[in-house]
Amino acid sequence: MTPVGSLATPDEALVASYLGGPARTGSRFTFWLGLATLIGLAAVAALGLLAVPADDVQGDTVRIIFVHVPSALGAYVAFGLTAVGSVMWLWRKSVWWDVTAHAAAEVGVLLCGLMLVTGMLWGRPTWGTYWEWGDVRLVTSLILFLVMVGYLSVRALGGDATSVATRAAVVGLIGAVNLPIVNRSVNWWANRTLHQQSSLTEGKLEDLTLFTLFLAFVVAAMAICWMMVHRFRIGWLERQIQARELHEAMAARRAEAGR
Amino acid sequence: MSAWTGLGGFVGDARLVAAKDLRIEWRARTTLGQVLPFALLVLVLFGFALDANRPTLRLATPGLLWMTVLFVTVVAVQRSAAVESADGARRVLLLSGMAPAAAFVGKAAAVAVQLLVVEVLLVPGVVLLYDAEVESVPLVAATCIAATVGLAAAGSLLGAVVAGVRAHQTVLPILLLPVSAPVLIAATRAFADGFGTVAVEGWSWIGLLAGFAAANAVVGAVVYGPLLEEA
Repeated sequence: MTPVGSLATPDEALVASYLGGPARTGSRFTFWLGLATLIGLAAVAALGLLAVPADDVQGDTVRIIFVHVPSALGAYVAFGLTAVGSVMWLWRKSVWWDVTAHAAAEVGVLLCGLMLVTGMLWGRPTWGTYWEWGDVRLVTSLILFLVMVGYLSVRALGGDATSVATRAAVVGLIGAVNLPIVNRSVNWWANRTLHQQSSLTEGKLEDLTLFTLFLAFVVAAMAICWMMVHRFRIGWLERQIQARELHEAMAARRAEAGR
Repeated sequence: MSAWTGLGGFVGDARLVAAKDLRIEWRARTTLGQVLPFALLVLVLFGFALDANRPTLRLATPGLLWMTVLFVTVVAVQRSAAVESADGARRVLLLSGMAPAAAFVGKAAAVAVQLLVVEVLLVPGVVLLYDAEVESVPLVAATCIAATVGLAAAGSLLGAVVAGVRAHQTVLPILLLPVSAPVLIAATRAFADGFGTVAVEGWSWIGLLAGFAAANAVVGAVVYGPLLEEA
């Protein structure tokens, strides 16, 4: 399988695909990474559900942090990558960064959704409600989630790849610029209600809990890498196909003209 | 001195674009004939939704008013973007040689003027329909101006993002409304003070509205050029 970095320009990719190059997104690396991720997920599930003791204060609900916290961190990293990719596209017209921004946005929306669902499931037994308006991080994350869903809907508009990339990059940039303002406004607004800020793990974490959380971070990072590589390669191949279709159409017109 | 000449040219270009948009609006009478009745309709429907309960309506007035303004912003921005999409007007704007940032400021200013007209009529509307009372006119006025500039800047920019695509009517609200959340929060809190419904420090929210306006205006001025060229 062709490593991602070697496809320097779409034209090289075009030649490679004309020569019958592989049009797959998997490689030996992603196979082993995927296998290791699956084993890691099984280990986190076994440790988190069976081995880790229940929390003194929160009981069994504390186990959800092994999904919630890594997916939250992963979502923010992914959206950060989308913001960087958006700037790099607008500034340098880097196709590599554009495809990366798109891949990161999809992975980020998935993780952000997972974070919101697990947060609500944890909130019900802990706060007595699925949705706590007083929790700044939760409310800000929901708005960020909606902004990024908008980003993906712009991506799905179709049409010329360059035009879609520019439109999406502007949305990514606006989202990144406005995120601190959203956070600030929600913070001021929520604090008037005199609600406590997020009352996450106040009890001391056991050693095994800490280890499992650390393992969950590592496994989440591996899963994100695996998804990113596959999603990036799909995006890159899509770009190649578009370039190839244009190339073929041009060749056909030239053949007609030179007849 | 050349910097002043450049600034003068920038302002002149922006004024030209704003005047063009407002002239088109005035001739089509869209704001007067469609947007204003729409805003009034939303106010009446909110009254039905909250069971015409006067204490509830009075308490919810700031939020309902700004929700109405957000809806109106979507409509106004769609109109503003449609003007550039028709007859290849965007190409002409590019070929005119004016700075894209000036064109952006002009577009946003025209939207802001329309929104301000709607707000000036919505405030008496809630006084009449919801029994609201304006306690601080300067605070209400300052909130309207700061929030409107921010909404017009973010709206004009996102309007340009979706300009010319088939699904623009459905995509624009998805993009604009989440980003506008800080405006809704801040303007509602400031109005709650201005209308005397809740004891909060309204003026402290004006800074946040100004920050939102400045951030979106700067982003718009920088990326409007690439958007015009490629979108």
